[in-house]
Formats: sequence, C-alpha cells, structure tokens
Amino acid sequence: MAQKKKEVDDRFKKFGTVTFTSITKINDFIDKLEQGKVMGTRCKECGRVFFPPRADCYQCLKSDMEWFEVTGKGKLVSYSKLEFAPVGFGDDLPYAIALLDYGDYKVFGRIADNVPENEIEVGMEMETVVNTLPNGQLNYVFQKA
Amino acid sequence: MGKVGIIGVGQSAFVRGYPGSIRELAFEGFRECMLDANITTKDIDASVICSAPEYDKQRSPAGVFAEYFGLTPQPTFYVESLCSSSSMGVRLAYSLVKSGLHDVVAVVGFQKMSEISSAESQERMGRGADIQWESPFGTMMPAYYAMYARAHMAQYGTTSDDLALIRVKAATYGQINEKAVYRKQVTFEMFSDPESPMSNPVASPLRVGDCCANADGSSCIIVASEEKAKALCKKPVWILGLGAASTAVNMAGRELFTGLIVGEQAGDQAYKMAGITPKDIDVAEVHDCFTIAEMMAYENLGFAKPGEGKDLIKSKETYKEGSIPVNVDGGLLSKGHPIGATGGSQIRTIVLQLRGEAGEMQVKDPEIGLVHNIGGVGLYGNVTILGR
Repeated sequence: MAQKKKEVDDRFKKFGTVTFTSITKINDFIDKLEQGKVMGTRCKECGRVFFPPRADCYQCLKSDMEWFEVTGKGKLVSYSKLEFAPVGFGDDLPYAIALLDYGDYKVFGRIADNVPENEIEVGMEMETVVNTLPNGQLNYVFQKA
Repeated sequence: MGKVGIIGVGQSAFVRGYPGSIRELAFEGFRECMLDANITTKDIDASVICSAPEYDKQRSPAGVFAEYFGLTPQPTFYVESLCSSSSMGVRLAYSLVKSGLHDVVAVVGFQKMSEISSAESQERMGRGADIQWESPFGTMMPAYYAMYARAHMAQYGTTSDDLALIRVKAATYGQINEKAVYRKQVTFEMFSDPESPMSNPVASPLRVGDCCANADGSSCIIVASEEKAKALCKKPVWILGLGAASTAVNMAGRELFTGLIVGEQAGDQAYKMAGITPKDIDVAEVHDCFTIAEMMAYENLGFAKPGEGKDLIKSKETYKEGSIPVNVDGGLLSKGHPIGATGGSQIRTIVLQLRGEAGEMQVKDPEIGLVHNIGGVGLYGNVTILGR
C-alpha cells in the first residue's frame, strides 16, 4: 500500500517580502494576518506575553500558548530609512524599518509608505496594521495613530 | 593559578579581493604571528579557528588550516560569534590554558568577504539578526545601527556631525597603518559634499562615511601559560580581564537603544576581573563597525557618561595625544572589518601598543589596554583587558 504523502505546513513562507523560515509551530500567525490581525502569544501557565509570538515559554518551560491581538498605540522607539537594500528587497526601496513600544512588549516592522519622513518623530504614537505587499506576501506596518 | 599571557601577534594586510584561498589568507596572519613569537609549531598544543561561516564554501575550516599550518596532530576546532569570533576564541584559549589542559594555544581569525557581492554580503550580515521575524522586513546591519544612532540623537542631541568626527579620526590613523584597507584621508567637509561618496545616505541617519569597509583578512594571537610565556617570550602581555555577554537577537526583545548592553556588561565583568576602573585604561580598541558604535562604546565602557560621548570626540580626547586614545590604528572604519579576523587584529594592536612597538601609531607609554569587540547588532559582546 502506498504511503500517504505527508502534508507540510509551510504557511509561514507568506511572511515578509522575502522569507527565510517556512516551517514553525506558530504558523497560525499567518492565518491571523490574513484575518487582518497582528497577534502575539501569552503563556497560559504563567501569563508571560511574547511578541514576536513563540511556541514555547522559557519562564515555565511549557508550550501552552494563547493568542492576543496587538491593538492600540505604541510609541516609536527608533527607525531608519533605507537607501540600499539586501538582495531580494530592492523593489521595496525606499522603506523604513522601525520599532514600536507597547509597554508590555515591542513590535519590530516597517513604517507605512504613506507616512512622510518629515512627519516621523521618535516618541510619536503609531498603530500596527496588516499590510499586503505588491508580491502578495504579508507583513505589518506602522501608521500614524 | 598562574597568569595567562599573549606571546605572539600577527595579521595579514586587510584588503579588497584577496588573491588567494582562505587557507592562504589565514596563513598570512599565522606566519606573522609565528615570526613575532619566534616559536615553532611543535610549541603549540592546540589551535582555535574563528570566522563567520556563511562566507566560506569550505565546511569546518579548522582541520584544513591545522594541516596547512603544520599544526597536526594537535587538536583544532572552530569558534563563532559573528564579528567577535576571534575575541571569543581568545576567551576560550584563556580557559584552555588556565584549566591546565593546554599550555600554548594559537587563535586564528579570518574572513574572505570578497567572494560575494556587497548586496549579498548585506543579506548575509542581516541574517546575523532574527531571520524569522526581522529579516523578512529587509533589514541590514547599517539600518540596525542607524536605529541606535537615531535613538541616541533623540535622547542626547547627538548629531550626524558628531558622528562624522569619529570617521575623520579613524581615517587619520588609517593613513599611517600599512595594514589598513582604506588609506585615504576623510575630511569633515566630505560629509556635506554631494560630490563625495562619504555623504551618500545608506540608512538614515547613517551615510557611507559612517560605515566600515568590508575586507579580506586574517589575524593570529598565541596565548600561553605564565610559565611558557616567560620561557618563550621576552615581552609577554598578560590577559588581566575578560568579559562576555549576550542579549536578545531581535530588537523587540531589548530595552536599551542608546547603547549596546552587551558592551557594558562585558566591560563591567572585565574591569572587575582586572580590578581596575575605566580611568586606568591607557589605550583602547573599540568595535567601530559604524561611527555610532564607537560613540556608544565610549559610554558603555565608562570613558564618557551616557550622552557625553560626543564631547569626547569633539575635544579630541580619543586621538593619540588625548586622555583615552581609541582606535589609533584606523579602527574597523578605515583598517577594515574582515569579521572573523577583527577581534584578533584589535588585540594585536593593543599588544603592540603595550610593548611599545606600534610605530607611528604608538601612544605614550601605555600600561593597560582594552579591546571591545561586538558580534552582530550588539548580540554578542567581548571585552579583553591586557597589561604589561
């Protein structure tokens, strides 16, 4: 009897302009993105909050997580606008990478293309929103709050 | 327990497009070190080979080099911590000697970066960060350091002009270091001259002039027990303090963005072990992969208070004649940054300074020197304190 072909759950390959990881235990993250939600994980055992989400809790060594949504405003910690890009990202230029501080966790991503550079200021409040890239891939970007 | 000393130092010239294979490149640093130490391969018990492996086609270069250097059948193995690999190698050699397992250990660092294009190199360097959560956004090393620069500017009022002064200093010494890849002068005016490549934006607020040059190169440090060091070497330099630390690979997992926490933690450990304070340092090599990295190192190592690094460079206190000379060999900015070779090259510079053999770059009569070597975007930090 022929062996049934094993299905590979490689949903994560949809993340970012170019992805370097396709198989991970938190592949549901991509389904959430497709629903318009950016989500982190919270350890059901000890309550520790993780963003980016993770499958395993180093604090209590359990792997029982629940999802929480990144909502509300974060403060812009820093950013940089790139004039050169690594291989595979040239078509996205220019773009800005940035970090938002939500207090309990931080989110690393890009600033939305429609935010003019002269309006970006460290400390300003921004929101994280799901973004579909021109090549169909998904990521998230920061909009002015 | 006895002391642990350094009895030989060497490095290749740091160049663009080395015309040879990695074993031949590594041999250049090894040969200079062996001639400096004036010992034979029979005197060496073990070798530690250090690089960032993603540039090499050769898997497991340690065994290949050991044979090429005549260091078989002694044990040899590989150590990696990105740009601080060879400082980590020296840390390991220290423990091998201190434990009594070996008496004389050669630490060879190398990197041949020119086999791939600059864009490919940026992509590989970027993969030293978090490939699952950050690289898909199109990250690269200059952009990460640029985020630190932006945060430092926002918090402390540091300016791009302040950072340019660090590059001008590096180029002052790159011109007199025959091993440096970039031997030309860089003036402050170049940063505002649209005709000069130095002024071209890379990742705001950093410009081309703020970034170190990729290079091919190798370095070698020979570490020995006190007994062997005294028997084999007229001017051993002693390892007085060692520090090493790590932090979250992703920016989201970090707290400090105006400095590199691993540099501070490694520095504190090394000062404590050596029983000294920052004021006791006579000459330093710090990891200036970008101008902002040197500025943060001043503050993380206690040469300046947080936010006051700019005053140190403005007053030229980190020049050769200043109160705390830093990177008077051109630093990574002008000497070049062949990742795996960098820590060994920094240690070589300080050893030559302490022996009084640094030629035109010599600072006046230093007794204690410090090496600060960072891996990735402040992912790994190593500090090594050396004394006569």
